[in-house]
Amino acid sequence: MKVRALQYVVLVGVAAVFVGPLYWLVSTAFKQPAEIYQWPPSWWPDHLTWENFALAWKAAPFDRFFVNSTVITVAGTALKVTNAVLTAYAFAYLRFPGKKVLFFLVLGAMMVPGHVTLLPNYLTVATLGWINTYAGLIIPGIGSAFATFLMRQHFLTLPSEVTDAAAVDGAGHLRTLWRVVLPMSRPMLVTVVVITAVEEWNNFVWPLIVTNTASMRTLPVGLLILKDEEGLANWGTIMAGTLLVLAPMLVIFLIAQRYIVGGITQGALKG
Amino acid sequence: MQENPVGLRSRRRREYWLFAALVAPNLLVIAVFAYWPIVYNAFLSLTDWNMIAARPAFVGLANYGRTLTDPAFHRTLWVTVVFTGLIVAGSLVIGLALAFLFNLPLKGRGAVRTIAFAPHVLSGAAVATIWLFIFDPGYGLLRGPDWMNNSDWALPGLVIVYLWKNAGFAALIYLAGLQGLPKELDEAAVMDGASTWRRFHAIKLPLLAPITFFLLITTVIGTFQAFDVIAVMTGGGPGDATTTLSWAIYNEGFQAFNAGRAATLSIIMFVILLVVTTVQARVLERRVHYR
Repeated sequence: MKVRALQYVVLVGVAAVFVGPLYWLVSTAFKQPAEIYQWPPSWWPDHLTWENFALAWKAAPFDRFFVNSTVITVAGTALKVTNAVLTAYAFAYLRFPGKKVLFFLVLGAMMVPGHVTLLPNYLTVATLGWINTYAGLIIPGIGSAFATFLMRQHFLTLPSEVTDAAAVDGAGHLRTLWRVVLPMSRPMLVTVVVITAVEEWNNFVWPLIVTNTASMRTLPVGLLILKDEEGLANWGTIMAGTLLVLAPMLVIFLIAQRYIVGGITQGALKG
Repeated sequence: MQENPVGLRSRRRREYWLFAALVAPNLLVIAVFAYWPIVYNAFLSLTDWNMIAARPAFVGLANYGRTLTDPAFHRTLWVTVVFTGLIVAGSLVIGLALAFLFNLPLKGRGAVRTIAFAPHVLSGAAVATIWLFIFDPGYGLLRGPDWMNNSDWALPGLVIVYLWKNAGFAALIYLAGLQGLPKELDEAAVMDGASTWRRFHAIKLPLLAPITFFLLITTVIGTFQAFDVIAVMTGGGPGDATTTLSWAIYNEGFQAFNAGRAATLSIIMFVILLVVTTVQARVLERRVHYR
């Protein structure tokens, strides 16, 4: 009994360690300045205020950041997942000379660390005239290796009678993909979409180097600007800005965590 | 249904064309933005270029010679190794401990597991900003040392943030592994009177070795490229106390505008991580073939 009680104490302690910083973020964002700086700290805001959000908005164009992040996340995810689905379908169901080699080329992209490609990709994007544009922000990231791998593995588990029957019916490949294969792959598709969207939203270094005006910045990069502008003094304002960056992904995570967890453990246990 | 050979051939040709059309966009992006950069880096690393001059000046292997003998580069490598080592060791130990905790029959363990994993999907820049506040020497919850402005505390501070962000991921993977272990083995050990420690040490840990190996590799690869938290919290400083290889690449390329040196550092990082992934591939192959 004693052991069990101790285990619960540890469990609560672990929960506190992981919730603590997030709770501190939210409560600070809604506190008035005097309360933020008092010691010992106040755990619950005396007077809830939206003032910090207004100040953050005034210090940096968060509406623009929000629009940019949304455009990049939606378009980037749509294009990348489309790439993954079409490539995976082709490799799973169609014949082509040298298919194996091509598949290795696709998977091989996973061996190239993203950070290593920053400088050359910046120069390529500059040559294309895409610096500080949505194209420059989105296109370099829409090549898909890992999601293609996951989707293809999944397609191969589908019963072949289904796709064969569809082919005999005279359904073209694209119709088979759209009407038969994709509806049967919905959980895997959701997983791939959510994981891709999280990556796009959180991406930091690429938007940092490929944009050069506030109007093209994304939320994570905008946050860095806010922090530099406010110095390390107005923590209420900075925490409000941070909450704006975090909140959407936190909500998506809580809604779709089952898919994210499923996708991540699957990737690991296969590897 | 019989088809004449001509119809068959034209059908096959159509299939080839469709394959090409479906795969081409993805392959094109991968070729231009994943493979070409390696070639481009290799070329740039043989040049001296400030990215303004009309063309790079060829300097042969001078960049490699200079970099490999540069004490600042040795320091960067050392910081990278310490940073990576601490994060890898920390994630594995904490992740394993959390996995055992979440595997106990406790109420609310699922919720805590979710909470512990949540930071993994949150923006690194935002997480770093929260911790910057927590570490603030004047107003932070963990005030005390001037964490980010003290060269002894900055690196441990970054490690804490990365562990907070990623331990839940390791825990999740280990938990999946634990739940996949054959129950009979542990039950037999209990019957034989094996102690908890022995069951952990002699049975579970060896069986989890493939998972440990997977986490080791992915964490090394991820940590080598860690950037957003460093950029927000220290900018490689104070001095060069937190200048990792990933920060050095950014600094040389996008702050010092020294394309040749940034490309040289990029090639060095590429080679190091290629060795890591090759080792992984070899080990996986052996496991598959000889088990």
